Amino acid sequence: MAQLIVYYAHPGHKHSHVNRFMARAAARVSDITFVDLYADYPRFDIDVDVEQQRLLEHDVILFQFPVFWYSSPSIIKEWQDLVLEHGFAYGKDGDKLTGKHMLLAVTGAGPEDAYTHQGYQNFPLRTFLTPLEQTARLCGMYFTAPYVLYGALRAPEAGLTEPHVDGYRRLLEAIRDDRYDFEAAENMDVTGFDNLPIKMEG
Amino acid sequence: MSEFLMLAFLFLVAGVIAVPIASRLGLGSVLGYLLAGIAIGPLLQMLHVDVVSIQHFAEFGVVMMLFLVGLELEPKMLWAMRTRLLGLGGLQVGLTAAATMGIAMAFGQPWSVALAVGLVLSLSSTAIVLQTLNEKGLMKCDGGQSSFSVLLFQDIAVIPMLAFIPLLALPELTDVAVTQVANHAGNEVEHASLSLVERLNGWQTALVTVGAIALVVVGGTYLTRPIFRFIAMARLRELFTAFALLLVIGIALLMTTVGLSPALGTFLAGVVLANSEYRHELESDIDPFKGLLLGLFFITVGAAIRFDLLAANLTGVLAMTCGLIGLKALVLYILSRVFNISGSDRWLFTLGLAQAGEFGFVLLSFTVANSVIPTALADQLLLVVTLSMLLTPLLFITYDKLIAPRFSESQTQESDKIDESGKVIIAGHGRVGGIANRILLSAGFKTVVLDYQSEQLELLRAFGIKAYFGDAMRPDLLHSAGIEEAKVLVIAIDERESITELVRYVSDNYPKVYIVARATDRHHVYELWAAGARDIIRETFDSSLRIGRSALQALGVHPYDAERQVRGFVLNDQQHMRGVADIYDPDIPPHENRDYVSKSKEYLERTEQMMQGNSAAFGSRIDRGWVPPTLEDLEAEEESGTENVGKKK
Repeated sequence: MAQLIVYYAHPGHKHSHVNRFMARAAARVSDITFVDLYADYPRFDIDVDVEQQRLLEHDVILFQFPVFWYSSPSIIKEWQDLVLEHGFAYGKDGDKLTGKHMLLAVTGAGPEDAYTHQGYQNFPLRTFLTPLEQTARLCGMYFTAPYVLYGALRAPEAGLTEPHVDGYRRLLEAIRDDRYDFEAAENMDVTGFDNLPIKMEG
Repeated sequence: MSEFLMLAFLFLVAGVIAVPIASRLGLGSVLGYLLAGIAIGPLLQMLHVDVVSIQHFAEFGVVMMLFLVGLELEPKMLWAMRTRLLGLGGLQVGLTAAATMGIAMAFGQPWSVALAVGLVLSLSSTAIVLQTLNEKGLMKCDGGQSSFSVLLFQDIAVIPMLAFIPLLALPELTDVAVTQVANHAGNEVEHASLSLVERLNGWQTALVTVGAIALVVVGGTYLTRPIFRFIAMARLRELFTAFALLLVIGIALLMTTVGLSPALGTFLAGVVLANSEYRHELESDIDPFKGLLLGLFFITVGAAIRFDLLAANLTGVLAMTCGLIGLKALVLYILSRVFNISGSDRWLFTLGLAQAGEFGFVLLSFTVANSVIPTALADQLLLVVTLSMLLTPLLFITYDKLIAPRFSESQTQESDKIDESGKVIIAGHGRVGGIANRILLSAGFKTVVLDYQSEQLELLRAFGIKAYFGDAMRPDLLHSAGIEEAKVLVIAIDERESITELVRYVSDNYPKVYIVARATDRHHVYELWAAGARDIIRETFDSSLRIGRSALQALGVHPYDAERQVRGFVLNDQQHMRGVADIYDPDIPPHENRDYVSKSKEYLERTEQMMQGNSAAFGSRIDRGWVPPTLEDLEAEEESGTENVGKKK
């Protein structure tokens, strides 16, 4: 059984269309750790010791957030700046995270075809996530295909909220039960609720 | 004098012994009082005590109870209840009276006697039912509200009944009486009362009656406030109690003189005052008197049972009692179907109101006096009324044990709803509580504010804030403010000792209530911690931090560094306080508490090191971060980049 921690970050969760339902589902999955970053640190006063201890105790670190301005909500950046210290996450003797997995579960406002070189966002979604991807790599962590919902603002009327939230729950449970196929995910660009690489047995 | 003391002693002993036992056995206080009455009945008879006249005195408890019920009921709510009040109440009285009359006639009673019996037995016991509903917290549910509507209608209907019953002795007026009963079932409250006065004293009295009601409404609206302000000047708690009693007794007296029901009058006064800031104060002042008088009333009911008569016709009386309860329950059940009272509420309504009531006693003696019902029959009916009241607690137990559990699922959902609404009580609305209240209100939460400075309260009222006059230290006031259902209690009063006492009382008695407590200083924090508070805010701490931060910035420290410096200080201080909170003992002066002194010293040393710039000694959480990597880190980083860890295979 893998130790999974979910970091949820959404400063405007009251107005969220999808993320707050995902968070609620994640909080209900048993035997994983769920952290609402904005609830734990409403004043951005991140406790480095607590966070590093959390990282040590888990094998899979999952960040769930809506993409804001082609990046994460700011608390995740603050968290990175403070928690991923040299001597802990990288640099001399900074091997505490080596071999762990970093995973993202993100929602994008625009439709899927916007995130192409021809679309109005000009780049594939993965491009915007490269800072986190390289952060993981520098810390010796595996970084595999993020779990993505495009067109999140229209998800409720398109009837996509429910299947996406349910897929999220299945994803978390699969990771917990060692049924998530990280190798298959490695070869995918992004995953969605309809193509999650989940194995029958661990 | 000694006789009075003896009597009081006897009643009090009976109550104090019987009620806790009854409550312990889950029988409720009412049955406890009734049994106490039965137990001391023979003794009272030996002492030649006039139980019935005591009972009439104790009936004043019902008047007080209706005042309290009125206080809980805003005019808006009363208006919303009008259909149930008139429809449900009117039909209950009408149908029960008619059915009872029919049965009595079938047993060979003349129709005028039968009608009088029907009217007498159609009433239920306001005292028992409301007391029990309150005790079980069922007043707010649909069944409780419907029961209350019916009881209120009955209380009002007693007045016209008192007017018609004498007419039943005169055969030529009987047709009028029957139509009158039917009319009153659907009539407006005032109208019904008016017609009575009209008949007796002419239309001028009608004006007097309207005047009396107007006086209650207008006086309640405009006069109580200045009077309360006047009384508050004396700063004596008992004066409020005296005034509250004066208010209730005065209105009852006024209503009796103009021929209206005192219960109705005080009820109206209660409704008028339901929006007042003095509501909770009035409630907690009257409540003990109401409780004692009702208790006395129940004891007298028990004591007045004539066992000799009962033994003489045991089966007859028992059959009549059971028949009456069955009949009343049947009518109530049918009405609950018509008025869509469903689930457990239906059974609460059906079983709760199936007895005859205390007004039956009044009406029975009245019918005998007016030679409507023969004395022998009246005596038997008296037994039936008493027995049916005695059986009521058993019906409530039946409801509790057999019926409510079957519907318990839907009820837990209801209690969840209440949780969500999240009621907050704010004790003290000065510089501290006022701001907390504004924040809570702006976030859309419902707050109840308690304060005892009437000028301030009036100001709040002007801004539409719900504020009540009273000393939050009084448990009864907290109770009437709804501490049982409150989610959070904000204690923002000024006096240090009072804060501690309030924290101790609430955390001991209502452990589910989350307490946010104001502390005057560090040692007070430890006291509050020991008293059970876990969310303790020093009243000047946060502003002092800001002062310190401002000064740092003025000295040229970069604002963000100043901010982090302050955060570091807070962390250190909190650690320190948490470390010694359990060691601190309010009963030992700090300097004599050896553990406390040594622990404090330890923290002081750390603070000193911090002041000398040895930042590793404390608050590493703040000083860390944004410290650039060393050259060694850089080398390690370059190396790892070539290792391909975590890269795509």
